[in-house]
Amino acid sequence: MKEVINLPVKNVEEEEYHINMGPQHPSTHGVLRLVVSLQGEIVKSLKPHCGYIHRGIEKMCEKDTYPQIIHLTDRMDYLSAHINNHAVCLLVENALEVEVPERVKYIRTIIDELNRIASHQLWWCSFGMDMGGLTCYFYGLRDREKILDIFEESFGSRLLHSYYTPGGLMMDIHPDFQKNVKAFIKYFRKKIKDYDELLTGNVIMQLRSKGVGYLSKEDAISYGVTGPSGRASGFSCDVRKHHPYGVYDKVDFNEILGTKGDTFERYMMRMNEMHESMRIIEQLIDNIPAGDYTAKMKAVLKLPAGEYYQRVEASRGELGVYCISDGNKTPYRMKFRSPNFSNLSALDHISRGVKIADLVAIGGSLDYVIPDIDR
Amino acid sequence: MNFSLYDFTSFNQWIDKFLNDNLPAFWAVAAEMVIIGVAILLFYALVGLFLVYAERKVCAFMQNRVGPNRVGPFGFFQTIADFIKLMLKELIYIKNADQLLFNLAPFIVIIASFMAIAAIPFAKGLHAIDFDIGILYVIAVSSLGVVGILLAGWSSNNKYSLIGAMRSGAQIVSYELSVGLSLVTIIILAGTMQFSEIVEGQRNGWFIFTGHIPAFIAFIVFLIASTAETNRGPFDLAEAESELTAGFHTEYSGIKFAFFFLAEYMNMFIVASIAATVFLGGWMPFHVGSWAGFNQVMDYIPPFVWYIGKTFFVIWIMMWFKWTFPRLRIDQLLTLEWKYLLPINLVNILIMAFIVLMGWHF
Repeated sequence: MKEVINLPVKNVEEEEYHINMGPQHPSTHGVLRLVVSLQGEIVKSLKPHCGYIHRGIEKMCEKDTYPQIIHLTDRMDYLSAHINNHAVCLLVENALEVEVPERVKYIRTIIDELNRIASHQLWWCSFGMDMGGLTCYFYGLRDREKILDIFEESFGSRLLHSYYTPGGLMMDIHPDFQKNVKAFIKYFRKKIKDYDELLTGNVIMQLRSKGVGYLSKEDAISYGVTGPSGRASGFSCDVRKHHPYGVYDKVDFNEILGTKGDTFERYMMRMNEMHESMRIIEQLIDNIPAGDYTAKMKAVLKLPAGEYYQRVEASRGELGVYCISDGNKTPYRMKFRSPNFSNLSALDHISRGVKIADLVAIGGSLDYVIPDIDR
Repeated sequence: MNFSLYDFTSFNQWIDKFLNDNLPAFWAVAAEMVIIGVAILLFYALVGLFLVYAERKVCAFMQNRVGPNRVGPFGFFQTIADFIKLMLKELIYIKNADQLLFNLAPFIVIIASFMAIAAIPFAKGLHAIDFDIGILYVIAVSSLGVVGILLAGWSSNNKYSLIGAMRSGAQIVSYELSVGLSLVTIIILAGTMQFSEIVEGQRNGWFIFTGHIPAFIAFIVFLIASTAETNRGPFDLAEAESELTAGFHTEYSGIKFAFFFLAEYMNMFIVASIAATVFLGGWMPFHVGSWAGFNQVMDYIPPFVWYIGKTFFVIWIMMWFKWTFPRLRIDQLLTLEWKYLLPINLVNILIMAFIVLMGWHF
């Protein structure tokens, strides 16, 4: 019964061989499959194969009403679920020309930034693990837990929140919310120093990430690499600065921009963004105005016929929601421009000629979340 | 019979005499071999189990966790439970693997570490065999393990395993040099390769203190190189979980995997033992020049406790490494050895030879 299946091998140089990284592999962060052509240890080229966790979210949106769609967006980039919700809420609100109460805008901005910190913490965990430093994982998760506790206290869920609704919020924040957030920021400002001591300042980590996986600004723009990964290459693409939503136009914060475009720069972008996010929260947390937590909305939302586009800055880059409405209560077509899909497209370009270990580190620094790629 | 915790020589002689009195000479030797073999095997298994437990606890403390705490007091029997699980697990038959080599590989790895342990002096008179070329023997035997790793990687018929095995081959062959040369530094100081004499030579001060700076440098180099030689983090490129899933032992399951696992921990124990014996005085108590009272108190602690304490101190340092540092890349690993450790070592040997010639050591 020994039959060897001879697969045809095309256009492959003799000395190259392929390995399948994934769909089950510890460092593809999910079910991504990378077919990597290797020459010894050196990556010659790679081909990402997506679709292992494709759930047809865009198609499902066509059957769902707008408030229902919000629950689907949670499941895309589950690590920045609030920000995904925010995109759809803004789209609906702008289409219906609803004036959202100031209180809602403040709370949404604060929670978006908390979500960004939580997401970057988990990224830091997994980046450390990709680098081989397992201890990072537990440090990051320990601190992320504090944010999830704050979320849980206010609206009961820890990962897939669906807290925003078109026009406002599902419910008001918990009375202790402000106190807890301030306590967290005080706590995390201390703990983020540990992160720097454990990983950022480590010689091995710096040797392995500096000058590795270079992405130029031109390439970042042409591949559409956004978010911290794009900004590391000097591509100014922060939606919060360029097309402010929420109350980002009222707060003072810097768009973190890098120049070098290597793995270490992408790493530093996210580390610095955590500091910036804490600054934003600190400016807002004491000034949440009183008022309603939701605007008056109709029971059934019908968007006027037409095309709509809304972009927000998710923790991994620019999330765009494109919607065609034919005036019904469900959209005619919904398309998400997910940051991870574009970021992943640059992976082949970045990682040609690096070692396998660097490929894993580059993957970690691009910080892809597979359900967001496949949707 | 004169049994003493401080000197096992008379105890050994008593056993030898007892066996020779009651058995023909050939069978007496055979019985001794069996006794020693069983004793070492038991010791090996116990230390292996304890080290796995210790690593879990140490790693848990480093990572804000509790670690195993369910099976037995403080989770002490967790590793035993795990070992039973591993023994009962199915051995997966790999269809296109080279069966002979695939099955042979774990044994080579474990035999190599088993042989090395024979030469290590645990206390005065407590060693299986006291070669006059003890250090050379240990270096030679411990480098056999790489053959098993290469075989495992090659015969698994898995690309991850092959990459892991090739990495491991390059790594161990390179770092063997540094391990050897850093020990040569101490051999120059001690003037012998016999473990018992090396320990005896540290009666008035451990070599790490008496050997000036070169001995200290040699200790650091030995620590780095031996961590690399045992394939432990930050040099665990052969397994590199995030890159190669499990490297050379990806395809192994059950007891065969347990062999690799046990051998890794025992190799760690062996290199820590050598470090303790050669640099930190082995079972010799800690003495400070003219403090007679202090020295006497130190002498009360049995040599075996000293030896275990020092060994576990070195092991703890190695665990500390592993759970703090990220992993190196293969080219950086080789750069570290060939461009830094090796030249440092060679210069270090020269300095040590000079110091010994001039009689500047203590």
